[in-house]
Amino acid sequence: MNGQFAKGMRHGIPIMLGYLSVSFGFGILAVENGFAPWVATLISATNVTSAGQASGVLTIAAGGTLLAVVLQLLITQFVINLRYSLMAISLSQKLDPSFTTPHRLAAGFGITDEIFAVAYAQPTPVTPAYMYGLIAVSWLGWVTGTALGAVAGQLLPDMVADAMGILLYGMFIAIVVPPARKEKRVLFVVLAAAGLSVLFRFALPVIPSSLAVVISAVVAAALGAWWFPLQHDEEGEG
Amino acid sequence: MSLAIYLVTMALVTYLIRAVPFTLFRKKITSRFIRSFLAYIPYAVLTAMTIPAIFYSTGDMLTAVVGTVVALILAYCNCPLILVAVAAAASALLTGIVI
Repeated sequence: MNGQFAKGMRHGIPIMLGYLSVSFGFGILAVENGFAPWVATLISATNVTSAGQASGVLTIAAGGTLLAVVLQLLITQFVINLRYSLMAISLSQKLDPSFTTPHRLAAGFGITDEIFAVAYAQPTPVTPAYMYGLIAVSWLGWVTGTALGAVAGQLLPDMVADAMGILLYGMFIAIVVPPARKEKRVLFVVLAAAGLSVLFRFALPVIPSSLAVVISAVVAAALGAWWFPLQHDEEGEG
Repeated sequence: MSLAIYLVTMALVTYLIRAVPFTLFRKKITSRFIRSFLAYIPYAVLTAMTIPAIFYSTGDMLTAVVGTVVALILAYCNCPLILVAVAAAASALLTGIVI
């Protein structure tokens, strides 16, 4: 086995374990909204995105004319997943020259928050084999967790299912806090994003939360880039 | 049939939004502002997604706050992702059982 692929798989194990539990929650949500377990699993296999899938399932379940639902899906999926474009551009700056167009088209499928965070934190340029290993293991966890949640989730007591709603956010906290602790400028960006997001929620509740997330993040990152630009010798750090 | 169209729509939008920028961006970005912006955006997105949504994630504000505090403390100590996430859920569950 290629060393880079194996390394990617190893780095994917913590993501897989996290995804197993988070996607379990998605499986529960999808079945509660009338989706068959195999459809829930198919959605996870083809999307691999927590927030986007949850929003999509709720949009489809709410119903409406074909055109109306498709339009809603186009808009919400675009906005909620817009952050992946930004992450893809960030990661494109750290790729090994062996990352050709076919590899980019294939590996682009698997850019999630966690996979991005792990790949982006690599000290060396990212190779296709590394990305495939990382994505394969994480994807397997995401799909398996969904299937398990969809089939067995209804057996869980409500209390346990409720508490599992925090899993995904706990993971986000684990990704953000260590760099924010290490670097003041990351802390600044994080606090700005949190403040703006809270402001939207309470002062401008008419704005859909998925859109508020995108605006808050873009403004906070722009303020950070403006006031605390990276030095030339610290490319890729942040 | 309409379900199939919905599923294809979701998957297609989600794929294109990732793969198109990943494939098209080849040159190193030289603008210092844009490089800095791109370095900060993941942290900004994850934070804006988490705050304040995490406080509504368990259906009970108190259990969610306990879970959040536990997650913050463990993350501050550089604990692994999975431990932070599971401890947040476990502490939220325990709080729910106690109250």
